[in-house]
Amino acid sequence: MVLLRRPGRWEYQAVPRWIYVFAVLGTLFILVPLVGMVARVNWSQFLALVTSSASLDALLLSLKTAASSTVVCVILGVPLALVLARAQFAGQRVLRALILLPLVVPPVVGGLALLYTFGREGLIGKSLSIAGINIAFSTTAVIMAQSFVALPFLVLSLEGTLRTAGQRYEAVAATLGARPSTVMRRITLPLVLPGLVSGAVLAFARSLGEFGATLTFAGSLQGVTRTLPLEIYLQRETDPDAAVALSFVLIAVAVLVVGLTYRAPAHRPRAIVVPEGIHES
Amino acid sequence: MSLDFHAVLAERNLNATISVGPVETVAIMGPNGAGKSSLIQILSGLLKPDAGQATLGDRVLFRVGPASADCSSSGTTHSARTASAASSWLSPHERGIGLLAQDPLLFPHLSVAENVAFGPRSQGRGKRAAMESAQKWLGEVDAVELSVRKPAQLSGGQAQRVALARALATEPELLLLDEPMAALDVNTAPFLRSLLKRVLEHRCAIIVTHDVLDALMLADRIIIMEQGRIIEQGPTAAVLAHPRSPFAASLAGLNVLSGALEGTSVQTPDAGAVVGRLATSQGAEFLATLGSESPATSRTSELPLASADGSMAVAAFAPSAVSVFLERPQGSPRNCFAVTVTELEPHGDHIRVRAGRLSADISPAAMAELGLVPGSAVFFVVKAAEVAIYPA
Repeated sequence: MVLLRRPGRWEYQAVPRWIYVFAVLGTLFILVPLVGMVARVNWSQFLALVTSSASLDALLLSLKTAASSTVVCVILGVPLALVLARAQFAGQRVLRALILLPLVVPPVVGGLALLYTFGREGLIGKSLSIAGINIAFSTTAVIMAQSFVALPFLVLSLEGTLRTAGQRYEAVAATLGARPSTVMRRITLPLVLPGLVSGAVLAFARSLGEFGATLTFAGSLQGVTRTLPLEIYLQRETDPDAAVALSFVLIAVAVLVVGLTYRAPAHRPRAIVVPEGIHES
Repeated sequence: MSLDFHAVLAERNLNATISVGPVETVAIMGPNGAGKSSLIQILSGLLKPDAGQATLGDRVLFRVGPASADCSSSGTTHSARTASAASSWLSPHERGIGLLAQDPLLFPHLSVAENVAFGPRSQGRGKRAAMESAQKWLGEVDAVELSVRKPAQLSGGQAQRVALARALATEPELLLLDEPMAALDVNTAPFLRSLLKRVLEHRCAIIVTHDVLDALMLADRIIIMEQGRIIEQGPTAAVLAHPRSPFAASLAGLNVLSGALEGTSVQTPDAGAVVGRLATSQGAEFLATLGSESPATSRTSELPLASADGSMAVAAFAPSAVSVFLERPQGSPRNCFAVTVTELEPHGDHIRVRAGRLSADISPAAMAELGLVPGSAVFFVVKAAEVAIYPA
C-alpha cells in the first residue's frame, strides 16, 4: 500500500493543454448564469421577500419532502443497488435499464405516470380511493414524485461503489462464519458508506429541485404541495424579485447540503480498494 | 477432521480428487493456471463445481451433479436436474473452513481486535467473549500490541499475521492457505512461515504455494497440479528426492528425462538413451510404499530393480553434475546431449545454462571461456554415476 502513494508531486498529466480551454468554457457555462442571477437579487428587499409566509411555507415543505424522499430512496435504493451489483439473474440488464428510466424520461411524464397509477382514477389509486386513501395532490404525492425521479441517482451511485469495492471482503467475512445479513450489516454497508452518502446527497439535491413530476402529480397548494421550485415558478409571473430571491435561497441550500455532506466521506477511513493483481507484481 | 474432496469444473479445466488427514498439512504446487486457486475457492464455498462431492469429518460440504460427470456445457444443466434429489451445497459461512489468502483483506473499517473478533461474533458469541478470544489469538501470532490499530496502520507482515489470527479465531476444522506469503517481502516471510509451522502442527490444512521452502517446512505431503489435474503426490521429501514431473523436478532443482527402462538406461524419445544407476534401496522402499510394481528386494544400496525392463522410468540429475562442452567429448561412458542454449541466468555463485528442458550450472570462469550466448550449440555431458534412475 505504501508503494502506491505518490512520491512527491506527480508531474506528468495526460491532459493536452487545449483541453483546458474547453474545461474553462464548461465551468463558465455553469457559473456565469449563477452570477447573472445573483446580480439580479434585490438585496434591500431580500429578507422581506424570503420570509413571507408563502416563501417560508415553500422552503419548509421543500426541506421536509426532500428529506423524506431521501429516506425513501435509501430504503428502496440500497436493496436495488445490492441486487443489481451482486446477484446474478436473467433480465438483470433489462431491470437496470428500466430503473434508470426516470433519468431520461421528462419529469412531467413521470408525474403523469404516477397520476394514472396512484390518482383517484388510477390503476392502484382507484382501490385506494375506495379504502378512503387519496394520494394525489397531497404531501405524500410530493414525496412520491421526488422519490420517483431521485431513486436512480442513489442506485447508480451505490451500484458503482459496490462494484468497485468488489466482493473479496464479503467472501472473507463469509468464511469467518458470517451469515449474509451479518455480512451486509457489518461489512458491505460500512465499506460502501461513502458511496451511499454521496448517492443520498445526490438524491436529496434532485428531490429539492424537483418540479415537473410534482406539479403534475401533486399540484401546487401552498403549505401542502407547493415546494420551493413551484413557488419560484409561480412568483416569476407576479413578483420577479421574489422569484430571484427564492432561487438564491434554493441554490444556497443545495450548495450547503452538497458541500457539507460531500466532504464528509473524506474524513472517515475509506475502503482501500486494490485492484486484483497489484500484489502479484 | 479429515477431508475427502472431488470436483470437476469444465470452465476452468479442473478435475481433481484429494484427501487430507485429520492432522495433516498438504501443500499444493503447480504452475500458474493449474487450478490450485479454483480448488481452494470450491472448498471454501465461493465457487461451484459442475460435479463432485466433499466431506469434512462426517459433514457433507457439497454434493453436486453425478459422481462421474461428463461436463460438456450442454450436459451440466441436465445433470444438475437429474441429481438434484441428492445434491447439497453448504454456504461458506456453514462450512467451518478458514481461509487465508495472499492479500490479508482485513476489514478496513474495523480495528485489528475487531477484525479478529469478527469470526467469534458471527458464530454468535457475545461481544466480551469474542474480544477475549481475539486477544488470545492475537497473542498466538505475537500481535497483541497491534490490537487497537486500524489495518491501514499495519505493515504487510503484521496485516497477514492478524489475518491468520482472524482465520484461527473461528477454530476452523480445515484451514486453507492460498499463497499466504506471496505478497510479503523476503524479510517478513520467514517470521510468518515459522508462525505457520507452529499453528499448523495439529491441524488439517491445505497450503497453496509457489515456494518449495513452504512445502518442505510446513507440509507433510505435496500435491503437484498441472492443467487442472493432479499429476504427482507423495511425502514432500520423497517427491523432491524422486520427481517424476518436470514441475516437481524444477522444484527439486533437478533435470528429469522420462522414457522406457532398459537395463540401467532410460530410452527417452527425444534425448536418446540416458545411462545411470538404478534407484537405491531407499528409493525402492519408497516406491513400494506408493504401490509401485517394483519389489523392494534390495538389501545392498545399489541393487537394481528387477523385472522393470520396458516399464516407464525417469532419469534425474542435478544441473551441477552437468558439464558443458563446445565439441562432443571422447572417452568414458557418459551421457552426452547435443543442445542449443536458450537462456543464461545467475544462480548463486554459478551461471545456470538453460537449454530447453535441461539446465547446467557452470562457473563464471567457464562461462567466459566457452563464450556462451543464447543460441550457442553445445553438448551437455553428465556421468552415468550422477544420474539416478527410478520408475515413473
